[in-house]
Amino acid sequence: MLRTLSTSALALAATLGAAQAETEINWWHAMGGELGAKLEEIVAGYNASQSEYKVIPTYKGSYAETMTAAIAAFRAGEQPDIVQVFEVGTGTMMAAEGAIYPVYQLMADMGADFDPAGYLPAVVGYYTDTDGNMLSMPFNSSTPILYYNKDVFEKAGLDPETAPRTWAEVEEFSKKIMDSGAASCGFTTGWISWVQLENLSAWHNQPIGTLENGFGGLDTELTVNGPVQVKHWENLARWQQDGTFQYGGPGGGADSAPKFYAQDCAIYMNSSASRAGVVANAKDFEVGYGMLPYYDDVEDAPQNSIIGGATLWVLQGQSEAEYKGVAEFFSYLSSAEVQADWHQFSGYLPITEAAYDLGKEQGFYAANPGSDIAIKQITLNAPTPNSKGLRFGNYVQIRAVIDEEFQRLLSGEVDAQGALDSLVKRGNEMIRDFQGANG
Amino acid sequence: MQTKRTIFGNRWLPYLLLAPQLAVTVIFFLWPAGQAVWQSFLREDAFGLKTSFVGLSNYTRLFDNAEYINALKVTLVFSVSTAALALISSLLLALALDRTIRSSRVYTTLLVWPYAVAPAIAGVLWWFIFNPTIGIMPYLLERVGYDWNHALQKGDAMALVIIAAAWKQISYNFLFFVAGLQSIPASMREAAAIDGAGPVKRFWTITLPLLSPTTFFLLVVNVVYTMFDTFAVIDATTGGGPAQATMILVYKVYDDGFIGLNLGSSAAQSVILMGIVIALTIIQFRYVERRVTY
Repeated sequence: MLRTLSTSALALAATLGAAQAETEINWWHAMGGELGAKLEEIVAGYNASQSEYKVIPTYKGSYAETMTAAIAAFRAGEQPDIVQVFEVGTGTMMAAEGAIYPVYQLMADMGADFDPAGYLPAVVGYYTDTDGNMLSMPFNSSTPILYYNKDVFEKAGLDPETAPRTWAEVEEFSKKIMDSGAASCGFTTGWISWVQLENLSAWHNQPIGTLENGFGGLDTELTVNGPVQVKHWENLARWQQDGTFQYGGPGGGADSAPKFYAQDCAIYMNSSASRAGVVANAKDFEVGYGMLPYYDDVEDAPQNSIIGGATLWVLQGQSEAEYKGVAEFFSYLSSAEVQADWHQFSGYLPITEAAYDLGKEQGFYAANPGSDIAIKQITLNAPTPNSKGLRFGNYVQIRAVIDEEFQRLLSGEVDAQGALDSLVKRGNEMIRDFQGANG
Repeated sequence: MQTKRTIFGNRWLPYLLLAPQLAVTVIFFLWPAGQAVWQSFLREDAFGLKTSFVGLSNYTRLFDNAEYINALKVTLVFSVSTAALALISSLLLALALDRTIRSSRVYTTLLVWPYAVAPAIAGVLWWFIFNPTIGIMPYLLERVGYDWNHALQKGDAMALVIIAAAWKQISYNFLFFVAGLQSIPASMREAAAIDGAGPVKRFWTITLPLLSPTTFFLLVVNVVYTMFDTFAVIDATTGGGPAQATMILVYKVYDDGFIGLNLGSSAAQSVILMGIVIALTIIQFRYVERRVTY
């Protein structure tokens, strides 16, 4: 009895000793599969590089589940130090002033090595406040690009090295592909909301909402029912009717990738971070890459595309020692080597100029054609108020409304103008709700 | 009617024996339910930093909300169709067993299998079978000229969730119907047969009326099932879509609360749902208490 007691006392003392030696930092994330393994590898690299802090990554499920878990934990006083939140949760996180520790402030308070100018403006612009302060640490940001099947292009008598640049070309190429029997459908897409509405608007320099797409305050309203968006949705509905376009489902469009992999559809639009998956699944054909198509009769097009993905938010209510560790870990994360490694592995954008330059030096982009399309696309022009991103409250729900209205459009229930008008009306109600709860 | 009655020596002993169960009920039901009721009167941001009391506004807004009215209608269609499909098909299966292969254990066991499948897995199975891109059913349906696409066609989506949800429940209903049928004395049906009543007539005048307590019990259980336990099936197959065509009340509670983080409205919706289930339970208990005999 006495022996067991003393052993357990020893064990207890040992764990206490370890806890004193290393401050533990909890990081809740939403990266499953290969990305999750890579993330753990990065964390292990950090933990091995020093002995003062120990970062503990925990996989919490999907983006929505991770965010909900962190919020529930915050309400119960059990929050992690760092949580990964997807871009549409940004409005919610920003409005929660007492709950978050803005990254620029954290880095300044902890005296960490931090140069905001070194980050790519197109990436961090999405996550800065109106004074240009960085509120969260970009981790995995991507932007939609165009993938196409070179073999099908060749079979259809098209130049396999030329991606369609405009929507008129997408239509023309698709017709040729379908008429020649090279494939049964022209194109498909993931993320109707993100790719075919938000990015469509930014790419054509059209406002998504008032007050600089919501960056200017909670009093914003959606404006995506403009002529360019209406024309595009009209076209999509028409193309779906004649088979040029096949719909891949709501949200991420889970059914769209298989259509491209199975060579049913010759062109596929989705996140640049889908690149690894596309390459792995395109076993029987060669993949080409291009920028998103645009309408050449719209004056400012192409402008620049906007990002998606997630950033790391620091939550309030932890000890000074832990925040010191968080700041140091963030410095490590944004170092050129770590960033370049993560970016090259995953297809996510590098967040700093240094990481991009390192990739160029290493010859990565020359060896992997298409891997720099995304970064070229977001930096094509200096972002305008219409193209630096968007920031609306309750945006997770508004994304669902976008999908619903698009489905109503495709099923013939409403026309494009009707769908987008209804989307704006319903979305604005949700933005007002958010304003009411947070104003 | 005889009632069993145990006399306890100590006055406190029965309460002590009940205490664990009561504690579980209070901690896991009454307390959270009370919190939901309280939350339904509040408007709050996601993190709980700013809270204001808004009275019944969360409720009044629900009934002005076209999406909520739509969810009520969808739930009604879904519940009635699923319950009807599950009851009728399980009754047919039970009758088949009762008439011909009275003791076929294999048949019974096979029919009970679906009940052992977790709802989420059942949902994924159906999602896979009916997937418009890679599923086998749309492929077969296309050959007979039907273009199945539950990602866009509301009718297809509703049919899919009804079939998937009913399939899960048929086993349960089947077991009760078999037991109910076996408790009907064979002599009554034989007597009717001797009097010249055909099988159809015997079913409508003898079997069905004598089976009615079972049927009614199952009806209540099935309606409760369709309203609450079908969450996983919906989540795995349609996610409430397309355009909210399969957005039943319980899924909307989850969607607004856990995805949308609109806790006040979500709480008000769950309180309304709680009211519905309480009403259903009262109906059931009153009926079971009386137990009408024919």
